[in-house]
Amino acid sequence: MSSTAVLKTEARLFGREPGAHFWILAFPTLLLVILGSIPGFRTTQDDLGGIRIVDAYVPVTVLLGMIVAGLQSLPPGITGYRERGILRRMSTTPVRPSALLSAHMGLHGAAAVLSALLALSVGRIVFDVALPRQPFGYVLALLLAVAVALAMGALVSALARTSKAATAVGTAAFFPSMFCAGVYIPVQTMPDVLARIVEFTPFGAAAQALNEAAAGDWPGWDHLGVLVAWTVVLTVAAARWFRWE
Amino acid sequence: MTSEPVIEVTGLRKSYGGRAVVDGVSFAVEEGEIFGILGPNGAGKTTTVECVEGLRIPDAGRVRVTGLDPVADHDAVSRVLGAQLQESELQEKLTVREALELYAAFYPSPADWRPLAERLGLTGKLDSRFGKLSGGQKQRLFIALALIGDPRVVVLDELTSGLDPRARRDTWELIEDIRANGVTVLLVTHFMEEAQRLCDRIAVIDQGRIAALDTPRGLIARATNATLISFTPSVPLDERDLAALPAVASVECKEGRITLGGTDETVNAVITLLARQRITAHQLRVTDATLDDAFLDLTGVAR
Repeated sequence: MSSTAVLKTEARLFGREPGAHFWILAFPTLLLVILGSIPGFRTTQDDLGGIRIVDAYVPVTVLLGMIVAGLQSLPPGITGYRERGILRRMSTTPVRPSALLSAHMGLHGAAAVLSALLALSVGRIVFDVALPRQPFGYVLALLLAVAVALAMGALVSALARTSKAATAVGTAAFFPSMFCAGVYIPVQTMPDVLARIVEFTPFGAAAQALNEAAAGDWPGWDHLGVLVAWTVVLTVAAARWFRWE
Repeated sequence: MTSEPVIEVTGLRKSYGGRAVVDGVSFAVEEGEIFGILGPNGAGKTTTVECVEGLRIPDAGRVRVTGLDPVADHDAVSRVLGAQLQESELQEKLTVREALELYAAFYPSPADWRPLAERLGLTGKLDSRFGKLSGGQKQRLFIALALIGDPRVVVLDELTSGLDPRARRDTWELIEDIRANGVTVLLVTHFMEEAQRLCDRIAVIDQGRIAALDTPRGLIARATNATLISFTPSVPLDERDLAALPAVASVECKEGRITLGGTDETVNAVITLLARQRITAHQLRVTDATLDDAFLDLTGVAR
């Protein structure tokens, strides 16, 4: 009941952050719209196995929202709360400050899922991108990807002492994550060796799992396993190094 | 002193990096008291109250709040103890009303926040965001949040730092008001005037230890020069005669004006001496020492 009050308040505050709305919710889909408006990206490509670039970019867009939420938005928020004594203030009440952390992670997770739904809908409606043919596998891959993004953000929040440092570390992790997710070149079109390596990174594995489910296959257990392993390792590390003040 | 103390601290020790910040502090705060912790910056005041609030785990010693251990019984203690922390903030975009409602939801039987907001003069600011409040308004909100759980004891740490004199005086009235409502107050401060005006008893902490624990009046009486007598004699006086007077602690002679430090006894002796020698004392002034003087005497030893 008191943690619900925390969640409700934090949701309201989250609603007052137009920056978070834009970068998590609107930016990824906007990128999809821009890329999709290039005529060449709407013709089938042989090197993509007969799909269009815009098709390949929908899963990338889905991951981009998560990466922004987990690495760009979550860490400065949490470190800011710690820096400004909000977590400490809460530790003197019957409510544990962990309620604030869970609220933040839950809200960012929800925003990432919303962003994914928006990308899928716009892809389907505007660019006629087929919806995932293996929806259950897709949802599973999506949720595991959200989990790993949040775990990564939690670790950044744990390691960074100030919100400035959190922004810096978050940004440093942001670009390689975007690369692995296939923002620059989709993972399917990466050279074989590079794709093999990228598959072992959280967002590379997530990209492959989403691609497989989109194509109608059950996502490979190797990819899902990579996601679970990263989530566990990052969460344990975050819990180990997190400081309340 | 018949009932159990609300706060009991015995032999509290806490070190950081091998340096003892709190080094064997003991005191007890009785129900309904305003108990002050006074000390120079870095004396260990905040660390001491943070142990009382359960924010820090003591290295040694015993802390009890209404008989409970603030660390082991964190939940139970947080329901009876309200805290205002030094240098803590709220979410920038949270409004006053939202903050009050949120913190009220944390407690099983909270105080009604509406009259509380009114008493603290926050009614007109309910829809303002925390980031837009003035220093005084923020502090009043923090007092409200400390009181919202309907606590038996509140800990106020450097409450009036950064307030203008007007806001400070208003805050003092609030604290007296809180006590009048039956709440015990543990007040950390480095303002003498504040401690002297508000506190029933004061623990002076210096370098992690209690240098003195007494009523403000008792502390003042301990000053080396509890009373100062100054005058300009009509004819020069021999300083040795003055120094020989009973209970004289200091003699100072500057441009013909004499200043003696001592006690009430000294005052009588000086007047007798002057009368005997038929000397007129021009501009005779007798002043009591202030808590400042006592404080400097008590905390200056090691410096």
